Amino acid sequence: MSRNLILGGAMSALVLLAAAVSFVWTPFDHTAMDIPSKLQTPNVIHWLGTDHFGRDIFSMIMVGARTSIAVALVAVGIGMSIGVPLGLAAAARSGNWLDELIMRGNDLVFAFPSLVIAILITAIFGAGAVNAIIAIGIFNIPVFARITRGAALSLWQREFILAARVAGKNAARISAEHILPNVANLLIVQGTIQFSLGILAEAGLSYVGLGAQPPTPSWGRMLADAQTMVSFAPHLALIPGTAIILTVLGLNLMGDGLRDWLDPKLRVART
Amino acid sequence: MSLLNIQNLTLSIGDSAILKDVSLSVAPGEIVAVTGESGSGKSMTALAVMQLLPELAQANGTLSLDGINLLEQSEEQLCALRGASIGMVFQEPMTALNPVKTIGDQVMETILIHKAMPPARARQHAQEMLERVGLPADRFPLSRFPHELSGGQRQRVVIAMAIALRPKLLIADEPTTALDVTTQAQILALLKDLVQDFGMGLLMITHDLAVVADLADRIVVMRHGEVVESGTTQGLLANMQHPYTRMLFAASNHQVALPPAPAPKPLLQVKGAVRDYRLPRQSLFGAPGHYRAVQDVSFTLNRGERLGLVGESGCGKSTLTRAILGLEPLQGGEILLDGGPIGINQSAEQRRKMQVVFQDPFGSFNPRHRVDRLITEPFHLLDKPPTGSARRDLIAETLTAVGLSPDDAAKFIHQFSGGQRQRIAIARALITRPELILFDEAVSALDVSVRAQILDLLAELCKSYALTYLFISHDLNVVRTITDRVLVMKAGEIVEQGATEAVFTSPKHAYTQSLLAAAPVLPDLGKGADVA
Amino acid sequence: MLRYSIKRLFSLILSLAVASLVIFFVIEIAPGDPASFMLGINAQPDTVAALRTELGLDQSKFSRYAAWVGGMLSGDFGTSYTYRTPVAEMIADRLWVSLPLALYALALSTLIAFPAGIYAAARRGKAGDMAVMGATQLGVAVPNFWFAMMLVLIFAINLRWFNAGGFVGWDEGLLAGLHSLTLPAISLALPQAAILARVMRSALLDILGEDFMRTARAKGLSRRQALWRHGLRNALIPVLTIIGLQFSFLLAGAIIIEQVFYLPGLGRLVFQAISARDLIVVESVVMLLVFAVITVNFLVDLAYAAVDPRLRSRT
Repeated sequence: MSRNLILGGAMSALVLLAAAVSFVWTPFDHTAMDIPSKLQTPNVIHWLGTDHFGRDIFSMIMVGARTSIAVALVAVGIGMSIGVPLGLAAAARSGNWLDELIMRGNDLVFAFPSLVIAILITAIFGAGAVNAIIAIGIFNIPVFARITRGAALSLWQREFILAARVAGKNAARISAEHILPNVANLLIVQGTIQFSLGILAEAGLSYVGLGAQPPTPSWGRMLADAQTMVSFAPHLALIPGTAIILTVLGLNLMGDGLRDWLDPKLRVART
Repeated sequence: MSLLNIQNLTLSIGDSAILKDVSLSVAPGEIVAVTGESGSGKSMTALAVMQLLPELAQANGTLSLDGINLLEQSEEQLCALRGASIGMVFQEPMTALNPVKTIGDQVMETILIHKAMPPARARQHAQEMLERVGLPADRFPLSRFPHELSGGQRQRVVIAMAIALRPKLLIADEPTTALDVTTQAQILALLKDLVQDFGMGLLMITHDLAVVADLADRIVVMRHGEVVESGTTQGLLANMQHPYTRMLFAASNHQVALPPAPAPKPLLQVKGAVRDYRLPRQSLFGAPGHYRAVQDVSFTLNRGERLGLVGESGCGKSTLTRAILGLEPLQGGEILLDGGPIGINQSAEQRRKMQVVFQDPFGSFNPRHRVDRLITEPFHLLDKPPTGSARRDLIAETLTAVGLSPDDAAKFIHQFSGGQRQRIAIARALITRPELILFDEAVSALDVSVRAQILDLLAELCKSYALTYLFISHDLNVVRTITDRVLVMKAGEIVEQGATEAVFTSPKHAYTQSLLAAAPVLPDLGKGADVA
Repeated sequence: MLRYSIKRLFSLILSLAVASLVIFFVIEIAPGDPASFMLGINAQPDTVAALRTELGLDQSKFSRYAAWVGGMLSGDFGTSYTYRTPVAEMIADRLWVSLPLALYALALSTLIAFPAGIYAAARRGKAGDMAVMGATQLGVAVPNFWFAMMLVLIFAINLRWFNAGGFVGWDEGLLAGLHSLTLPAISLALPQAAILARVMRSALLDILGEDFMRTARAKGLSRRQALWRHGLRNALIPVLTIIGLQFSFLLAGAIIIEQVFYLPGLGRLVFQAISARDLIVVESVVMLLVFAVITVNFLVDLAYAAVDPRLRSRT
């Protein structure tokens, strides 16, 4: 195992742990306002200081990790559970109308960046964490469909697949038995990367008010709140920003480490 | 005075020794062939002369060209030598050229990078060089891109680049391995001609002993990074000192004895088979064009018969193979196996009668499954696949039959060598006792010694299992010994068929004649040489 | 080349047609009547009816779609109800901020990423490579809007080199305009540059392993000459793909960055329109963004053909 994998894994585990612990314990109630002790810089009582309402930032960061992870994880789940079967089907029917339809559909979805999807959804249904999940999730579908199809296509040319066809197995069975296990590593690595991108996207959507709504805490909205105060209370912006960076960095390092560990020849789209 | 002089060259990458005390020399106008099986270090020797070794490689010894020790030159001095004093031709013409630059630019680059001529003169010279290697300006202007040329034509461009500045030494690393026999013969003739014309020394790396015997003035045989034997071609062929050399030559010309074929009773009947591929539309609304890969092919394969199918790349033999396997549909005619039709949607019963062994011992297996699961994949076709101890026994029996151990069932494929993998592929084809096995270039990727063993195995299996097979190959020598009857395919059609010996000794069709004439042959070394 | 271009053009038109259908009908399934939404709960029924007629809501879906698309083709994007001005004019004003910002950022990102990627590939495994890769790893992880806030804090609030926000307008001159877009462009460009540099590096490293690079070295080219003459143009093929994709990220990113710098661009417009439920504006801006993305990808396809002769000769 590489240094990347250990370091990245540890950072990601730490964030996950913080999110898990926040369900049972936080230093303070993350919604409790305490105006007299507002805008404190980090100290012994409030480890990461307080915001303009006197809320404990450390507690908010812990609970915010929950939102970030939940949104990104479900969005990756949506992308994988729809995108991977589509990619497998397209590769199995390479060159015919189904492949063409799936790939054209993918191109179309690629023309709607997740923020644009979020804008559309928000314009119709209003803002919220669920809509953010759908927006990021829809955008993940073509990512997984494409990478699955690409890897599966080259596998379909391999002789062990021909041998399986000679053994009379149909496309669905070959996809499940031979193709999927051989693209699994690739999907794990891509999943890690999409997970980190999902965290960034969730933060961005929450920052512009299209994501999680109050009182659900979120790193992106903490940054939006901090913006007007950045000149006299920069820690309000520094702390959630650092939380995002460390989480994403950890996931990316873990992705790189996983890729090297599982198969150095894996091709992963990093966009 | 020799041109290239290698004395006690030792090369290691990290802890592993690649070359041990290699010594050889090449004189001006001389062709020296370095031969050996994979892992012998022959290609590394070539790269060492070019000083284009992998980054961590450590070389010691003497490696001198015209008295200059290449191991002591700076990178800058080496750049000045490469392309000007030493030229090199590589194995894969399809990838050796930059796809986004014209062939003219690439040939001119050799001249311009050494500032040998002003650009206008270089342009003219590049054109002359392309003419010299057989690419006339009217058909192959400098503005052509590599993808517009065939493999043989690309190899000519690579040669033109290598000889543009008339280097003293030309290194050719398996220059014809990726080419068809007729193209190979032309390229070899060109190289021989250039050596005479320019007085160059040629260091030729090849695994093909027939090519070696045909072309070389002197031969160097390598194994595991060491030179086991070297000498003039005639002297070495007449009197081989080292057992490895003898084994190598014997294995290259390995003959097997097949049991006699039973009385003809049709098993596979191909009747007027036609296979078209759709081409991209030529205009936006026009009908898509077709390319006819298999054109009205008919033949019969009898039960117990060993039939060969030979032809050069692109002749349609792979397409025909896939159609027989029921992997691709026919656009005309029919294929009957045991009286029943073959097609995309054939029944499991029909599929069970046929299995296949592919070329690539590394791509034929799912790397995530164990050997027992790999070879029992065809059980999928059985109504009642054996289970429990019956399954175990059958796996053990089949593995033993192909010369492996029953314990190998629990191993993964990466634990086996190329030859062992081909044995596992044969086990997979054999385990359901099919009526017919297709061997699709099944021994083409193997070293000669391993190939000889696999051919022996096939002959043995013919005796114990009364195999019927279709053996598809471009290698005429192999087909000659392992089949009873042979089909010759060209441009989608079968141009000649008949008993193998008869076709090889007195070919009727002009194409078969040219094919056999182009194939380099090993000199007859007498029966006594066969010790493999 | 011509046939290839025409084929791509057809595919471009088809994509635009399908995208417009999707956008129109997604907005169409929005719950509630747009007219009553726009006028609020206290609106008189006859006012709502008048607005419905004005918006064309009483016509069939198909004829409204046809009118919408036909209008857009002739430059008429309809009239915003909240602002009572033609949407086309509103968008045109804002586009003069958003488009230069995205292009500025794209130029910066390419200018930073190319040298960084080439440098890292040329020094593979050495300290320089490690430093570039470490920096890009960090760059990929930084949210651009947070980075923007930090830039404001340092360069606007503390050093006072730039304004913290707002746009002076192009009337003040090109330089003044670019000056006020510089911080937004940098904050958009750097994270994208990190990705692009990584892609450039890995594309080059892939190419370095190709057979034709060895051929080039055998001709007497030095490592550096081989990289520049043979590596770069081949590596451009995957890099172009990413540049095409990045443009859509930059446009989307610009919407967020405009919030940080209070820039009067498309982003501000669309958020105001969402809160006012001015669906005509939302619809048009989204269509415009999608149009831009599809068009850029079309241009990337053409650029492929310019780089790769194999594509030119194919249909």
